Amino acid sequence: MAGDAILETNGLTKEFRGFVAVRNVDLRVERGTIHALIGPNGAGKTTVFNLLTKFLQPTSGRILYNGQDITRIKPADVARLGIVRSFQISAVFPHLTVLENVRVALQRPLGNSFHFWESESRLNRLNGRAEELLEDVGLSGYAGHLAVELPYGRKRALEIATTLALDPDMMLLDEPMAGMGHEDIGRIAELIRRVAAKRTILMVEHNLSVVADLSDRITVLARGEILAEGSYAEVSRDARVMEAYMGTGHA
Amino acid sequence: MTTHTQTAQNKPPGSVTGGEGLLTGPVRTVLAAVLLVLLLAAPFALYPVFLMKVLCFALFACAFNLLIGFVGLLSFGHAAFFGGAAYISAHTVKVWGVTPEIGILLGTAFAAALGMVFGLLAIRRQGIYFAMITLALAQMIFFLALQMPFTGGEDGIQAVPRGRLFGVIDLTSPLAMYYTVLAIAVLGFLIIWRTVHSPFGQVLKAIRENEPRAISLGYRTEQYKLAAFVMSAALAGLAGATKAIVFQLATLTDVSWQMSGEVVLMTLLGGMGTLFGPVVGAALVVTLQNYLAATNLPVTVVIGAIFVVCVLVFRRGIVGELTRILKGSRG
Repeated sequence: MAGDAILETNGLTKEFRGFVAVRNVDLRVERGTIHALIGPNGAGKTTVFNLLTKFLQPTSGRILYNGQDITRIKPADVARLGIVRSFQISAVFPHLTVLENVRVALQRPLGNSFHFWESESRLNRLNGRAEELLEDVGLSGYAGHLAVELPYGRKRALEIATTLALDPDMMLLDEPMAGMGHEDIGRIAELIRRVAAKRTILMVEHNLSVVADLSDRITVLARGEILAEGSYAEVSRDARVMEAYMGTGHA
Repeated sequence: MTTHTQTAQNKPPGSVTGGEGLLTGPVRTVLAAVLLVLLLAAPFALYPVFLMKVLCFALFACAFNLLIGFVGLLSFGHAAFFGGAAYISAHTVKVWGVTPEIGILLGTAFAAALGMVFGLLAIRRQGIYFAMITLALAQMIFFLALQMPFTGGEDGIQAVPRGRLFGVIDLTSPLAMYYTVLAIAVLGFLIIWRTVHSPFGQVLKAIRENEPRAISLGYRTEQYKLAAFVMSAALAGLAGATKAIVFQLATLTDVSWQMSGEVVLMTLLGGMGTLFGPVVGAALVVTLQNYLAATNLPVTVVIGAIFVVCVLVFRRGIVGELTRILKGSRG
């Protein structure tokens, strides 16, 4: 049953004024898996993410989501199709409350987001669902706080709750563990594993033990190209991968 | 003042909902009522034309603040909407002979249309580029106002008749004019207040806080920004058109870049992103201009100095700092 790819790229390439950041990437993410994208600094991982979510337009190549060509659509529409991304720097709305952060995501499907003549109390019917989502990520006591007041790990949890509010089929997580303390890492990893039960996850992550722990499949990027792909056991034995990480052939 | 502090202290910590959480429930209602009574009584104590000027600029600043304070867009071309609408209402009332409310509506509609054009051209740009494009477009409007035959060049459009509101109420009476302006300003303010506290306003704040994140949640942010821009332009136009009727005059001053700068100054002094800040800022600047004009002090230097002090000492503006102090005392 290897045939069911949710997201696929063919020959994905991005050039910045002659510098090729991503070259000919053929990526294939299978439905229901946790797929990790790893590689040394500057390998083009975040660029790939920005291409997949259309925050950047590829120079050439195609992106297929559920078999549909999404190469030319806009980033907001990527989200509407069910691919929701996170960002390297935790993406919350700092001066909205924790509850409002989640509610903004829940609000869009209501179709009243242009209604400037209605009271925002119309949104209160979403509070129940928002509180459920907050409870899911362990933030129930924080609903009335401003997001900016949360410690870093909790901001990450809030970001995940906001993403889950859209009930996406696919989540793209850009370094979900970046800058986190030890106990937060365990908690967020558990959360990712839990939400992955019904979803596909593609993540960029530097923390290799997290990658080893969570991922079903790993793609290694180096200098904008795919270097190796496989399970953690497979790629960690690959000589080219070791060279890319260690910088010498003698490692 | 102690009463607000008390109420703020008694509030459960969970009930803060960003921005204006300070004055809630009954306190806000009482305060609004007191303010309204003061505004209704004001023309018996103060010079009505001065008050009307304050009201027009307060509305202008509130319209501008809708954009910078709640969407995070700095427009440096709002004079085009203010002044453009002033020319249109002055012209339609004086030459076409329409009643003042129709003139004001036409001016506002013109500003909204102009806002649509500016918005479509500028909205994709961020930060300083957005400001520069709006400035450039506004300068084109200034040039048109200088050159087109109906605008009267350096003289502007003068001696615009105030006429009769709805063809009935004689606006040459200062009181009738004042209450008309007050009604317009309150209406504009209520529209802004409702917008800020609406589902639409929530999305605008989300865009202000983190636009890429709002996009990644599926919001086509450009459409929201454009809608807010048109709204802000229309309300700035409403202020300008009303001003033209009050002063019976539309001139190049209204469309000059200094006017765009003045509204930035008013908003920053009062406190951007607060609902009442721009009102306070506008009142302060207009008052200073009026009273300093009678002295030998150089007005621009004094206002400039105040602005510098404001930036150094209270960056959130007058209302912004007051809000912070009151919130802080909650402990």
